[in-house]
Amino acid sequence: MASTARATKEARKVAVEVVEPTPAIPSAEELLKLYREMLLIRRFEEKAGQLYGMGLIGGFCHLYIGQEAVAVGIQHALTEKDSVITGYRDHGHMLACGMDPRRVMAELTGRVTGYSKGKGGSMHMFAKEVRFYGGHGIVGAQVPLGTGIAFAHKYKKDGGICATYFGDGAANQGQVYEAFNMAALWKLPVLYVIENNRYAMGTAAERHASTTSLFQRGLAFAIPGTQVDGMDVLAVREKALEAVRYVREGNGPFVLEALTYRYRGHSMSDPGKYRTKEEVQEMRERHDPIDRLKNLMLERGVADEERFKQIDKEIRDICNEAARFAQDSPEPDPSELWTDVLVES
Amino acid sequence: MSALTLVEAVRTALARAMDEDPTVLVLGEDVGKDGGVFRATEGLFERFGPERVLDTPLSEALFTGLAVGLGAQGFRPVVEFQFDGFMYPALDQLVNHAGRLRSRTRGRLSCPIVLRAPYGGGIRAPEHHSESPEAFFAHVPGVRTVIPSSPARAYGLLLAAIRDPDPVVFLEPKRIYRAFREEVVDDGKALPLDRAFVLRQGRDLTLLAWGAMIPLCLEAAGRLAEEGVSAEVVDVATLKPLDTATILDSVGKTGRCVIVHEAPPSYGPGAEIAALLAVAGLFSLLAPVVRVTAFDVPTPLPRLEDLFLPAVADILEACRTVLAHR
Ligand SMILES: Cc1ncc(C[n+]2csc(CCOP(=O)(O)OP(=O)(O)O)c2C)c(N)n1
Ligand SMILES: [Mg+2]
Repeated sequence: MASTARATKEARKVAVEVVEPTPAIPSAEELLKLYREMLLIRRFEEKAGQLYGMGLIGGFCHLYIGQEAVAVGIQHALTEKDSVITGYRDHGHMLACGMDPRRVMAELTGRVTGYSKGKGGSMHMFAKEVRFYGGHGIVGAQVPLGTGIAFAHKYKKDGGICATYFGDGAANQGQVYEAFNMAALWKLPVLYVIENNRYAMGTAAERHASTTSLFQRGLAFAIPGTQVDGMDVLAVREKALEAVRYVREGNGPFVLEALTYRYRGHSMSDPGKYRTKEEVQEMRERHDPIDRLKNLMLERGVADEERFKQIDKEIRDICNEAARFAQDSPEPDPSELWTDVLVES
Repeated sequence: MSALTLVEAVRTALARAMDEDPTVLVLGEDVGKDGGVFRATEGLFERFGPERVLDTPLSEALFTGLAVGLGAQGFRPVVEFQFDGFMYPALDQLVNHAGRLRSRTRGRLSCPIVLRAPYGGGIRAPEHHSESPEAFFAHVPGVRTVIPSSPARAYGLLLAAIRDPDPVVFLEPKRIYRAFREEVVDDGKALPLDRAFVLRQGRDLTLLAWGAMIPLCLEAAGRLAEEGVSAEVVDVATLKPLDTATILDSVGKTGRCVIVHEAPPSYGPGAEIAALLAVAGLFSLLAPVVRVTAFDVPTPLPRLEDLFLPAVADILEACRTVLAHR
C-alpha cells in the first residue's frame, strides 16, 4: 500500500468526517461481533467508572469510552499469531483481545484473581495466552517494546506481527522515532497504531505537535502511513486489513493513525478545562461509533431493536458479573509484597 | 503573611522568582494553560504569559536537555515533571550534561536549572506515580538534591534552588502538598541549600528524615515524649550536599540514630548517612544505627501501600530498638 499523504490540516479539522470510500460491509455475523465487542468495552468502562466512584479502584483509571472502534476494528484484522501492546488506556484493548472481563475488573480493583494478581492495576496487565503484552504507564515506552516483540516474530518466522498502540501525545517521545528507524531498516513486522484523540492530557494536539497529521510521521523513515476515521469501526477494520497485509508480507512497518475521541476525562480526576462541553457533546451525539454501527445494522436489517435490547442485556450481565466477581475476590495477601521481584538463586 | 499549603508555597515561590528575574522560565507538560497536574503552576500562565510558562510536548529527555541549553545561555529554567517516575527518561540529560557542564568548561558555563517533581507515596497511586528516586539524583556529582517538608521550607528552598547557579533536583512530597498550612512570608528570603533543620530538640535519640516522613517523625517524637524519651528530629532537607555537621552534632549529643525514608533501603540515602556515622561518628554511638525504609520491591498498588511505606509504629519500634542499648 502506498503512502497517503493526502489528509493535512483541513482533513484534520473535519477529522471524523474524512471523505473515504464507504468501507465494504462484512457479514451479518461479523457486524454483530463488532457491535458486541464495542458495547462490551463501553459498558465495562462505565462499570469501572462506577467502581472508581465507590472507591474500589485505587490509583489511576483511564477510560476508553469513545475510542472503542479503534481497538475493536484493529483486532478484527489480526490473527491469533499476532501480538498487541499499548499504553495505560488499555482496558479496551484487553477486552478486544479476548481477555476475561472478570479478571480485568479484578485487577482494576486490586484483587488476587486479577491478571497481575492485584499487583499491576489498571495500567499494568498482561496476558501471554492471547499475546497481550501490556499495559504501560510510561508514555511512549511501549513503542520500542512493541518493536522488539515484532523483531521476535520475524526472527522466529512465526508469521505474526505486533500491533503497537500509542497516543497523539506519545507520538512526541523521541524513542518512537528511534523505533521507527530501526523497524524500517530491519523491516520488522510492526503495525504502529496512533490513537489520535486530539489531546495529551490537557494539551490539544495543535499545541503539542508541529504537524497533527500523525500518519505522516513515519515518512522520513520511508514508513507508509494512512489516516482513518477512528469513530467508524468498519473503516478502521478495512484500513487495518490492508495495513496488516502489508506488514505481514514482509514490507516492514506501517503507521495507521485513527482519528478518535475520548468522551471522559484523561483520568478520573480531570477538571476538563481544555475543551468545551459542546465539543464533547457533539462527538457523543453525532459521531458515536456504537450508534453508528447500530444504525447501519438497523438499516440493513441485520438486527432489530428487540435484538439490540437483548444484546445490551447480555453485555450488562457480563459487566455486572465482572464487578461482582472482582468485589467477591480476595485482596492480595500482604506477603505478596515480596513475591515476583527476582527469582531466588 | 498567610497560611499556605506546601503546593501553594511552591506556587508562591515560583511567582516570586519569575517576578524578580526575567530569565526564570517555567516549563513542562500541562504546566501552562492547565496549571499542572497538582496545580503547582496555576495562574502563572495568565500572569507571565506563554513566553515564560511553556507547555511542552510530551518529551522528558528533550525538555531536560532544552533546559541545559537554556541554562548555558544564562536562563534559569524551572522544569516540572508530572510525577517522580517520569524523571527516569531524563536521567541521561541530568547525569551526562547538566551535572557536568560546570566541570567540563572549568566553570565557564554552568547550568542553573531546577528539576521539580511531585515525589513519594501515600496518595494511593501506582508505581511511577509514587516513587522515591532521591538516591539516583543524590548519586550524581554536580547536582544538588533538595526535599522540603513544610510550606515555609518549600518556599525558601525553592527560591534558593532557582537562584543557585547549578542544577538542583527539587522533590516535593506530594502526600503533604495539601496536608497542612503554615505561615509563609513572601519576602523573597531563601533558605540555605546545605543546611539540615533541627525541628525538635532532644537528648536520647536522633530521628533523621525528610519530606513526608517528617510529620511522621514528629508524631513519633511526641509519643516518645509521653513515655519520657526525648527525641531530636532533624529534617535533612538537602540530601546533596549533605549537612554532615548538623547530623554529626545531633548524633554526637544523643548517641542513637534512626534514619527514616520512603525509598527502598539498598544503596539508599539511609545507607549514606549510616556510612557517615560509621566513618565520622562511630565513637559517639551508643547503639547500632537503625534504618526505617520501604522494601527492595517495586512500589505496590494501593492495597499494599501501607505495608510498603514506613509508618509511625515502625518508627517507634526502631526507636525502641536503639533505646534498648543502654
Ligand atoms: C513519560 C511520561 N510522562 C508523562 C506522563 C503523564 N501522562 C500520562 S498520560 C499523558 C498524556 C498522553 O497523551 P496521549 O499519548 O495522547 O494518550 P491519551 O491519554 O490521549 O490516550 C501524560 C502526559 C507519563 N505517564 N509518562
Ligand atoms: Mg491523546
